[in-house]
This record gives sequence, structure tokens and C-alpha cells, in this order.
Amino acid sequence: MIAMNFKRVAAIMLRQFYLYRGSPVRVVPLFAWVTVDIVLWGFITKYLNGIASPGFNFIPALLGAVLLWDFFIRVMQGVTMAFFEDVWSRNFLNIFATPLSISEYIAGLVLSAIATSSVGLVVMLVLASLVFGLSFLVYGALLIPFLLALFLFGIALGIFACGMVLRFGPASEWLIWPIPAVLSPFAAVFYPLSTLPGWMRVISRALPASYVFEGMRTIVAGGALSGTTLAASNLLALAYILLASWFFTRIYYQAVRTGLIARYSAESVS
Amino acid sequence: MSPVLSVEDLRKLYGEAVAVDGISFEVGRNEIVGLLGPNGAGKTTTINMVLAVLEPSGGKIFIEGIDIAEYRARALEYTNFAAVYAPLPGNLTVYQNLRFFGMMYAVKQLRDRIEALLEQFDLQRFRDVKCGVLSSGEQTRVGLAKALINDPQLLLLDEPTASLDSATARDIRARIRENTARGTAGVLWTSHNMYEVEEVCDRVLFLSRGKILLEGDPKTLPGQHGKETLEELFVTVAREPLTLERV
Repeated sequence: MIAMNFKRVAAIMLRQFYLYRGSPVRVVPLFAWVTVDIVLWGFITKYLNGIASPGFNFIPALLGAVLLWDFFIRVMQGVTMAFFEDVWSRNFLNIFATPLSISEYIAGLVLSAIATSSVGLVVMLVLASLVFGLSFLVYGALLIPFLLALFLFGIALGIFACGMVLRFGPASEWLIWPIPAVLSPFAAVFYPLSTLPGWMRVISRALPASYVFEGMRTIVAGGALSGTTLAASNLLALAYILLASWFFTRIYYQAVRTGLIARYSAESVS
Repeated sequence: MSPVLSVEDLRKLYGEAVAVDGISFEVGRNEIVGLLGPNGAGKTTTINMVLAVLEPSGGKIFIEGIDIAEYRARALEYTNFAAVYAPLPGNLTVYQNLRFFGMMYAVKQLRDRIEALLEQFDLQRFRDVKCGVLSSGEQTRVGLAKALINDPQLLLLDEPTASLDSATARDIRARIRENTARGTAGVLWTSHNMYEVEEVCDRVLFLSRGKILLEGDPKTLPGQHGKETLEELFVTVAREPLTLERV
């Protein structure tokens, strides 16, 4: 087990704080897109409630799903944005020539993501409950493991995405932004898993997010949710964090071996 | 006294190409060692390996007696660097950058250290200015302040005065000399300015095609090889290294 120096972890967070404090352009996206999503889906669900047969409430089923999915995206982007700051400012040589370890760096990115994604989550919770009447009592205490599973999965995907950009260079950033959109059909955010064809369901089962949305719909429909399934989704997300950290570390050592860290702007050393 | 930096049979291969070919050298305490050579000789590759951002293909590096391959973080606590090709993030102010890197090196009494460096490098008026809007000379001074933030035992300077005017460059050289003479630190310095090297370095290593070709006192070395000046010797190393290999 590698001992972590929390001063160095705090330094990664402090750098992010300085950047957000000095730039409203960075602050606005923390809540702007989630606000747009909640407003848009809030009205869609209101409309659907008006035209659908009475008895089914779309607000917890659809608006709740949008809220949880946006939270997952914010967490993932919280990690990648903190990493991209080093890409954009060509800072790899400076930071990796310090005693900073990879585990300290990843911990700093994750803590930065917690801070930035919390802003979006609070805005969404307030807006969805005050403006559109989304009641979290519907989910009960299960909201916590739901959020935890999505948070862990978002962290895992964020670390994996950082590894990808480290491996393929700054231009590969465009590969990262669409990842949530690519995953969303498999995560079954808006429809039951049974809607998907067999081969898609196989992929869905490998995604912790699919268990969360399936579970959420079960509760909204008045069914009972298996605690084991929820625990399994959290464990699966934790396993992905370990796997993503291993992937990032491996990519980092490869970059040190080939000299890519020192010449990162060149995108490749060949 | 044990050396600050000890490099043993260091190699770096990129496929078939040899960038550094089994070099060995030391940097002693209170010593400034010049690493000289034409472009592509292996100077920056060597510095990158000492900074642990490039893995050697062979050989050992010890900083303060600590094997960098085994105890990277511990060894790097004693090290710092400044290079023209590694500017500090332009979207942070001078103070923010110094604080960030000070925390990276877990510097104690960081506020006092930052204030002392701001004064030493005449940066007080730029304290809250973003590094990206500073002139290249001012950025170089911030880079040097960052390089001294942890009072490193081993300071690596890759062409530190390349973008400075003559007066500022002379001032910076004097400060680094003074800093090196005061404590127990050593400096590895690369430069293409032979006048500067002669003024600053206690010893020079001439690198060509990844090998150390010559080593000695920059004031006496040209004469030993039948050259008038260090500049003339440098040109010979760059153009006709084989003639010197036989000396």
C-alpha cells in the first residue's frame, strides 16, 4: 500500500479551486446544463402526466431518471475536466517531475469531481423538487445507494477517460465527451431493460447504472427492490474504479517509458 | 562528502536509436556542472531521466544517495527544475503557482518561503498577475522561483537564461551561484551560451551522440584540446566529435 501525502492531494484540489474562482466560464457549466435538462424534462413529464391515463406519475420515473443520469455525467466530467486542465496548460512535465504519486493525483482528481458534481446535484435537487414537485420520499433511503453507485461508476469512467487521453494525446478529448451518450441506451435510463434486445441486455448487465434505473422504476411502480442487486451494482462500480485506476497507471508508466509525458503535446513519440 | 547526484552507466534507447549511451557522472555539493552539447546530444533526455519523467533503458540514478527507480517520490523531494519548454500554467497567478508547487513538495512555512522568493526574484508586483500574461523573461524568473521553492539539493536547469536579456541573465546567474555556494546543493545546468557556462560552471561535461566526450574545468578545457575558447571547443564537439574522441 502506497502512503499518500494529503498536502499533494489538496494541492490538486486547490489548483481547481483557483481556476474556478478566477473564471466564471468554468463555473457556469457546473449548473447551466443540468438546469436546462431539468427544466426541459420537467415540462415533458408534466405534459405526459396530463395526457397519460391517471395512476402513473412520470415525474419520479422520468425526471428522477434525468436527475440521476445528469449527476453521473457531472461526476465523470468532474474527473476529466480536472485532468484536462493539465492537458490544456501543458503541465504534465511540471507536475510529474514532483514527488506526486499516481494515487495522489487520482485522489486529487476524484475529490475535485466530488466538489464540482455536488454543485450540479444541489441545483438539480432544488429545481426538481421546488419547481416540478419531485418528491424524494418516493425513493426513500434507497436514493443514497442509487447516487453512490452512479457516483462510483462516474469516477471509474472519468479515470478511464483520463487514461485514454493520456494514451492518445490531447486531440482524443473529443472521444471522451460522447461516452455518456453512447452508454445511455444500455443503461436503460428511460425504459425497462426488457425493452432491449438480448445482446444489448448483456452489455447492460455489465453497467452499474442499469441496475440503478431498473431499481428506481421498480420502486416507483410500487415493487420491492432486492438489496443484493443494489449492493452488487455498487460493488461492480467499485471494481470498475480499481480497473480504471490500473488502466490509468499502466498508461502513465508506458508514457514514462516512451517519453510521451515529457513531450505530450506531440501526441505520440513515433 | 557524498555527491548530490550520481549517474551510473545511464542509457536510453528509442527502438534502435541510442539517445543516451552509457553515461556516468556526478554532481557534487556546492558544485555547478554544465551539461553541454549540440542539439540532439542527449542533454534533455538525461535531465528527463533524472526527473523520473522518462524511464532509462539501463543504468542507475541516485539523488542524495536514493535510487530514483526504487524510491521515486523520496528522491524527487530533493530535486526541482526549470526549463524554457516547461512554463508554469498561464491561467494561475504567480502566487497561486508557487503555492501549488510548494504544496506538491510539501514545503513547510510555505507562505514565508513564497514571500522570500518573490522578493529574491523581484516578483512582488506580479504576485497576483496570471503567469500567461507575463513577458518571457518574467516567466523565466517565476519558473526559477518555483524551481527553488523546496530549496532543492539538486537543481536541474535546462537553458534557464535562454529568454532573458543580458542584464537579467547575469543577475540570475549571480543569484544561482550565490544560492549554490550558501547551502549544500548542486546544480546541473545546460546552456548553449558558452560565455555563461564559463562564468557559472565549476565543471563541464561535453555530450555528443549520447556519450560524454570531454569533462573538465571550463576555463582550462579549451586549452587542453588546442582551442582558444569554450565556444570553439563546442563547435568542434558539434561538428567533428570523432577528432576529439581520439584526444
